[in-house]
Amino acid sequence: MSPAPIAPGQAPFDPGTEAARATDAILRDTLHGAHRGVVVDSPPGAGKSTLVVRAALELAAAGRPLMVVAQTNAQVDDLVLRLAEKNPELPVGRLHSSDPDPYDKALDALPNVRKSAKAGDLAGLDVVVSTAAKWGHVKDVEPWRHAIVDEAYQMRSDALLAVAGLFERALFVGDPGQLDPFAIAEAEQWAGLAYDPSASAVTTLLAHNPGLPQHRLPVSWRLPASAAPLVSDAFYPFTPFRSGTSHADRALNFAVPSDGSGPDRVIDEAALSGWGLLELPARNTPRTDPEAVRAVALVVRRLLDRGGAATSERSPDPAPLTADRIAVGTAHRDQAAAVRGALSALGVVDVTVDTANRLQGREFDVTVVLHPLSGRPDATAFHLETGRLCVLASRHRHACIVVCRAGVDALLDDHPSTEPVQLGVTVKFPDGWEANHAILSRLAEHRVPWRP
Amino acid sequence: MSLIDNLARLDAATTGRAQPRATVRHRHLSERPLVFVPLITAGETGAPLGALIGTERTSPLLLTVAQPRDRDLRFAFLSRLAEILLPYVESYADDVEAAERTEADPETGKRVKVEVELCADAPQLIVPSRAGIEFVRLLGRSMRFRRTAEQDPDAPYPAPPRVPLLGRWLTHYGERSRVPGSSLLLAMTDLLSRHWATGQSSLEEQHLGALLAWIEAPEGTSGADAALRAELARDADGQLLCPPAGPATDPAFDNQLLAPAIERHDRARTALAAAADGVEADALLAALGAAEREIDALVASRTRPTWDAVWRGLDALCTLPEAPSAVDRWRGDRWSFTGHRDRVAAGEPPQPRVDDAVTAANKLATREREQARLDAQEALDDPLVMAGRRLAGEAFAGEVTDVVMAYSEGRSPRPRPLVTVRTPDRPQLDEGVKAYRSLAGKPQSFQFVAHAPDGGLVLRLLDKMGRGKEPEPGSVPEVGDRLCWTLFEHEQRGGPRLPDPEDTPWTHGGPPRTEPAATPVGERPDPVTPEDIL
Repeated sequence: MSPAPIAPGQAPFDPGTEAARATDAILRDTLHGAHRGVVVDSPPGAGKSTLVVRAALELAAAGRPLMVVAQTNAQVDDLVLRLAEKNPELPVGRLHSSDPDPYDKALDALPNVRKSAKAGDLAGLDVVVSTAAKWGHVKDVEPWRHAIVDEAYQMRSDALLAVAGLFERALFVGDPGQLDPFAIAEAEQWAGLAYDPSASAVTTLLAHNPGLPQHRLPVSWRLPASAAPLVSDAFYPFTPFRSGTSHADRALNFAVPSDGSGPDRVIDEAALSGWGLLELPARNTPRTDPEAVRAVALVVRRLLDRGGAATSERSPDPAPLTADRIAVGTAHRDQAAAVRGALSALGVVDVTVDTANRLQGREFDVTVVLHPLSGRPDATAFHLETGRLCVLASRHRHACIVVCRAGVDALLDDHPSTEPVQLGVTVKFPDGWEANHAILSRLAEHRVPWRP
Repeated sequence: MSLIDNLARLDAATTGRAQPRATVRHRHLSERPLVFVPLITAGETGAPLGALIGTERTSPLLLTVAQPRDRDLRFAFLSRLAEILLPYVESYADDVEAAERTEADPETGKRVKVEVELCADAPQLIVPSRAGIEFVRLLGRSMRFRRTAEQDPDAPYPAPPRVPLLGRWLTHYGERSRVPGSSLLLAMTDLLSRHWATGQSSLEEQHLGALLAWIEAPEGTSGADAALRAELARDADGQLLCPPAGPATDPAFDNQLLAPAIERHDRARTALAAAADGVEADALLAALGAAEREIDALVASRTRPTWDAVWRGLDALCTLPEAPSAVDRWRGDRWSFTGHRDRVAAGEPPQPRVDDAVTAANKLATREREQARLDAQEALDDPLVMAGRRLAGEAFAGEVTDVVMAYSEGRSPRPRPLVTVRTPDRPQLDEGVKAYRSLAGKPQSFQFVAHAPDGGLVLRLLDKMGRGKEPEPGSVPEVGDRLCWTLFEHEQRGGPRLPDPEDTPWTHGGPPRTEPAATPVGERPDPVTPEDIL
């Protein structure tokens, strides 16, 4: 699976060519393959949405109506908008729930998008898009010949069970490194079964259909050259990917010079190297550690105050680093709420603050992350989960600044993973413990100690 | 663990006494529960050593297996267990009331209401600890596939009558206990730690004696010290003063008392088997009887303290009034009991060894729905639980300071009053987030609009105001009302309908197959090699 190392004299890795080759192979299998399913693994920012839109358009152009299954309403609306942008003539159906405000109002402006809460109203349209939850309630319709399942690694096996009767064959697209789906009730008795309802849809699909073609997108267009190797090594050790851009393509500059404070120094470090660690003194704290929360808010405030400008391959001129290009990521919802409170106290609005679960699939220029293990006395499976750290460390196009209490490395050494081994369950590599160490040791090179 | 639970634990650790986590009892307790205190033998999974069982606090029935490795004695134990448990279960089967259920009409396929029986009450099984629940499951699994001589005359080792049926019931109870909020099979340690917080870790709370010591500590004494004594104190012979609640026994007991007693029993049995004549046999039989009584006494001495502890735990729980929603959830348990009663009566086969894909998904969906329902109902039933949700920012209580009439846009404007609430809580509200309050037992929805300039919260009332242009009286909060809103929904929606097992799609392996070839590779037995046969 992994790309062969480049021998001397061989053509150097050209991200555009490699990505196009992968996409062509995927579309060939999807449109002309003999298998009922095709699985595509996509690392962060590798053009998954672009692939989904393109596959949908090609299937529709080939006269094969299809259904698209996404996981959230925001993802569905985003897909419909992208489809309409690429081909305004394409008849698209948006199947939605019967709640008030079930879809993005922007869809009302699109003449060829029909919206309905009943699947029957949308019959015959080239593409019908909805969430897995809504598709699960659709019955008594003629099955579609094709389906695209987006974010399939975040979909639970039982959700796929509810919708799989609606299509004959499908393209499954997703990021295996992000957060696994979870259950809020006891599901341990099914661990190791091929159809464990709490496992991911792709796990079940591949367990029952081991011969399905599996593809991989080889290039991350989002992650900068400073981040792609680290994220690839730490979270995708057996399926490496490259950055689509080089160090020279991206730059982050600030008009206002540093005032010498911790937040300003870590911003400069991150602008230069792509990573920054603002390290507060070691201490056991409650989850909503007031000092760490305030440090996060201060970093965001300074990012905005210092007149940042982001240069990238997208445009010749630097784009201003505005609030909507910055995100704060946390592990828990109460932490996110605390950061929002601290930000509004500093007069910052419009900066996205959310948990790792909700930041999945999103992209920003700069992210500020409150480390999941910061200030904790223990390292639980939740806080060690590989996917959580992977999401938090892979949302940025330019720089990622981590705010953390000192001593997490020692904490990790005190708490090796102790999850029971379940028979029949494929062990995921790397485990969270190892991934956390990999990220920490890199962050240590960009450490700015600070006592608030 | 939530912040308020941490606080309660810290309080308990400081004061040395258990602190309440609830003001009402969140689980239904039967008026006539069957308490079951089993013990197992070390060294062999699921080999029963004995049990105390019964519905009468003062007169439990003692069952023992004098030689736990003897399969005949084990069957005799299971047979007696069935003689006690099944009549208790069946005593609830015939007292029924009429109820309605929606079912698919076999001819038209439409969902129609049918009248069915619902058992008026259900048998309730209480074991000391979570390990006891595991043991009930294990017993169920070991029995339900056995065949009696009547079912299969060719079975090489037929099970006594009714033992397979007991296995099916125990399996059902074990499986039902995985549904959050269910009360058919309960562990006393879970019940107590749901209602009281102690200064122990959750692992330590699995020790029933220690847990009760915290809860029962009289005023002015330290529950922590009493708990430590319950866990560690030993008599002059090195035996624990408070034997563990089981099913596992203390190794010191196994080595010093039980093993020699079993040894004496084995010797008496061997001697009896070798008896030369009737006179000698009579004497040896008496010796065997004495050895058996010795083991009986040992098992009784180790189960009786636990038996009494379970009943004291029930006493403690009964000091709390039952939560209103616990009755609703008990109705679900009654449905579960009635359903299994009907499956048994209809001659259906025992529960399969593993669930098929559709059954597993349906069970998980039920459990998740019940978990969400339980979380909501416990908070709505109990101000102390709600306080925890408020502290976590998932609910808020406050005083209504302003109500402004407003209407929705559109052709026929509907009332959408704006309510301002002053609250000391800090709910995690963003614009557009829904909040719910309970209005005559039904949830009424609000939407967060903005923070008022004086720090209050402005909410828009969305429903339950009747059909008219003016809201019905009493449906809109009034200035001065003190109310509580939650950010979580009070009632749960049903999930998608899954296909029937015979329509399992290709992604999940297609319809379940029964022939052995379909067994996954990892589950097939290893092929026999020459080394296997000595």
